[in-house]
Amino acid sequence: MSAPITADPAAAEPEARASVRELHETLERTWSDRPGLLGWLMSVDHKSLGKRYVITAFVFFLLGGIEAAMMRMQLARPESRLIGPDLYNQLFTTHGTTMMFLFAVPVMVAMGLYLVPLMIGSRDVAFPRLNAYGYYTYLIGGLFLYTAFFLNTGPDAGWFAYTPLSGPEFAPGKRVDVWAQTITFTEISAIIGAIELIVTIFKQRAPGMSLNRMPLLVWSMLVMAFMILFAMPWVAVDSQFLAMDRLIGTHFFNQAEGGDALLWQHLFWFFGHPEVYIIFIPALGYVSTIIATFTRREIFGYPAMVLSLVATGFLGFGLWVHHMFATNIPQLGESFFTAASAMIAIPTGIQFFCWIATIWGGRPRFTTPFLFILGFMVTFLIGGLSGVMVASVPFDLQVHDTFFIVAHLHYVLIGGAVFPLWGAFYYWFPKLTGRMLSERLGRWNFALFFIGMNVTFFPMHLLGLAGMPRRVYTYLAETGWGTLNLVATVGGVTIAASVLVFLYNVARSLANGEVASSDPWEASSTLEWATTSPPPAYNFAHLPVVQGRYPLWSRTVDEPVVTGLRTDQRQLLITTLLDATPDHRHRTPDPTLWPLVAAVATGVTFIALIFTPWALVVGAALVAGPLIAWGWPKPKPGDPIVTEGVR
Amino acid sequence: MPDWLQSVLQPAGPQAERVHALWNFMLAVSVIVYVVVVGVLLLATFRPRHSEAELAEGAPGERGVTRLVSLATAVTVLTLFAFLLFDFSTGRALTSSVKPAVSIEVTGHQWWWEATYYHDIPNKRVTTANEIHIPVGRPVLLRLNSQDVIHSFWAPDLNGKRDLIPGKESSLWLEADTPGVYRGQCAEFCGYQHAKMAFLIVADRPADFQRWYAAQADTAKTPTDSLTSRGLEVFLTSPCVMCHTIHGTPAGATLGPDLTHVASRRYIGAGALPNTRGNLAGWILDAQGIKPGAHMPPNSLSPADLQALLAYLGTLK
Repeated sequence: MSAPITADPAAAEPEARASVRELHETLERTWSDRPGLLGWLMSVDHKSLGKRYVITAFVFFLLGGIEAAMMRMQLARPESRLIGPDLYNQLFTTHGTTMMFLFAVPVMVAMGLYLVPLMIGSRDVAFPRLNAYGYYTYLIGGLFLYTAFFLNTGPDAGWFAYTPLSGPEFAPGKRVDVWAQTITFTEISAIIGAIELIVTIFKQRAPGMSLNRMPLLVWSMLVMAFMILFAMPWVAVDSQFLAMDRLIGTHFFNQAEGGDALLWQHLFWFFGHPEVYIIFIPALGYVSTIIATFTRREIFGYPAMVLSLVATGFLGFGLWVHHMFATNIPQLGESFFTAASAMIAIPTGIQFFCWIATIWGGRPRFTTPFLFILGFMVTFLIGGLSGVMVASVPFDLQVHDTFFIVAHLHYVLIGGAVFPLWGAFYYWFPKLTGRMLSERLGRWNFALFFIGMNVTFFPMHLLGLAGMPRRVYTYLAETGWGTLNLVATVGGVTIAASVLVFLYNVARSLANGEVASSDPWEASSTLEWATTSPPPAYNFAHLPVVQGRYPLWSRTVDEPVVTGLRTDQRQLLITTLLDATPDHRHRTPDPTLWPLVAAVATGVTFIALIFTPWALVVGAALVAGPLIAWGWPKPKPGDPIVTEGVR
Repeated sequence: MPDWLQSVLQPAGPQAERVHALWNFMLAVSVIVYVVVVGVLLLATFRPRHSEAELAEGAPGERGVTRLVSLATAVTVLTLFAFLLFDFSTGRALTSSVKPAVSIEVTGHQWWWEATYYHDIPNKRVTTANEIHIPVGRPVLLRLNSQDVIHSFWAPDLNGKRDLIPGKESSLWLEADTPGVYRGQCAEFCGYQHAKMAFLIVADRPADFQRWYAAQADTAKTPTDSLTSRGLEVFLTSPCVMCHTIHGTPAGATLGPDLTHVASRRYIGAGALPNTRGNLAGWILDAQGIKPGAHMPPNSLSPADLQALLAYLGTLK
């Protein structure tokens, strides 16, 4: 470490200015993507890939939204003949699969992959080539699902694909196989994202950022990553069992041959319930970040906040049976899951109270991100309270699989995750693109979304209580459900309008939006705001040293920075897990095409696997080639050893 | 307005009433919690603070805030305990078992319900479809099974739902306080026509129930005139006989609903259409137009044959 070198060349003395320019140029040469399309495809930069990831996930959000809109059109009046059962079943299955597997989890992972290295003061994620592979695998999986959907082979057994309905006997054809294999793609990319985040967070934090100084968003990403790591393998096992039942005649779920239909549900929900928290926990991180910035206050009760996140992560694994109360589970077991489901309200409650305490002590600035956070709090709370209600077995048996649950889950997921995510889009958009979004359009975006969301989903509580089950493509006029359904559809149109406002806002900003400074919100607290907007390829010219939980608030004039990393090759500073003291330098790999090739080979294998088990044999060889090329050591003459201690 | 009920909020039996009471309790508590939390949030957000002095004023110190947050957390925990107590006591009340007055085996099929009433004398057992009669004020035990995929039996006015899982029998208690017709629908997604898999529970006064049961236990009336005789002949010589049973005739297939007393039922096609002569004709000719994907094939019958068949089916009270 040495005395600071100012990042602004213009302010320095002439010779210092020249050396700073030289430093920037060297780093730029070392870290930037190669030019052209090939360079774009070879990129291993966490920012390029993170942006692609977020944009891809957002496109899937739009597609899932279009499916939702089509369903709302069909349900707007009783006995409508707009959409038949065949298409409707594909629509709700694809909508659920898209929103959960192709939008919500990937977008949270993607935000983490983009933001975490910046927030912890590093230059890239750990395993950048794996990052590229994870992204392309996800992209291929999503394209595969939609290709099948447009070929009228969209999955139609629900995003939960309960056996035996999804088994070989009752779902002939390839629709369910498409679903099972889409899941496999997204599992792989999510697990890869989780591994990268964990290693990056544990080993690449800037010196001084000990665990107890980590930003709350980084904590939430860490908890999410661990949850992915422990939850996703179960659905991987589950979907592969299903694929085997369907393809090679195993009987994992075939009751008649000694299998068990309920095994599917246990495995699925042992993943499926943590999945909700995988989506929700990063959102809590956005909330804490945005509240701190726009109240100019440290979040009240940092230890309580962190412990709540971790507790939610653990408790999230103890709730899965509350999706199965209507099956014949013994009552004592059900009571356990009722208590566990109620208990999860405690850590969430603590975070709510701490946020309110923070806002109370600060002076809120009503920017669009902050509005979305307020929207989150008043909307999500409804979902949280109805969540406690459905933890009750007798009550859940009334509303399970009805529109009450549709309302509940959308209040939790839209209220709890999409509102904060939207706030996060507005908050970090200037950092990602270097341009501000319009605040005026942002307020329209927020208002329409807030109204639309509530008008769409609140009536669904009442529909569920009035006896309307989920996943029905139509209903009799005599049921009297028509009016509330029409109201919900009007709400859906409002949501669509809000999304259009957002798209216009983005387009307008990219074309001629106000240029963003490095810290356009003024008084942001985390390290990503210490670098330019958008950040250079190397993130920071000088890696920062952290002196508090809110590094930009505890900055001093003579702040130390890290020096001693080579500028002519991609080196990362590796620090220790607990205290983040510098440990060694690590050479991180250069751009390459092999992760993309490997992802394509994986994709070909998986897709062929729905037709023949031999694809596994051929595919293994097919994937092995690019993997070997990817990992082939290529030391250049004069290179030092890959890893060396800090001098 | 329909002559049946289908709502959690209009309970018509002791089980549903217990759950309704639980709902009222939870709703009241939730409304209070929501109003308090959002109220404090709005106050925290919009409280006046024009100067630093005003900002500091009304902001309790670090200790005070810690105390308030801890208090709020404690209140949360206590509220959840109250919820658990109410919930567990409701759960206990719902499962206390007695000797059933009637016990019925309900089998789920894609996409209709088969109901068989137990009786000590085998030929007094009654099998019907999509319309289940129960006596008012008597506990009824349903034994739930499925022949194909998972379905879920749910009559919201009487009790919560229970899944029908192939190979795993489950049971559900029902009891109705007042005579009436209560509609229910399959609640677990079961494929193509999940939306049109409804049933009616008809709660009769005990005497009416006995009368109904006696009628159902009877075999079908033998046709008395030439038109209905022709109708039976059409039934027995067309694809109908491949799937349906009419007791008292040679028709004994069990793939589709038992039609021995089809004319006594209010709806056809598992709640798809009211059981009128015109609807029945449409159903027989083109069930796929009404309920696409149902296992009932289209039938081509000459107008005379169709009229005869409808006349015959109309006698099956």
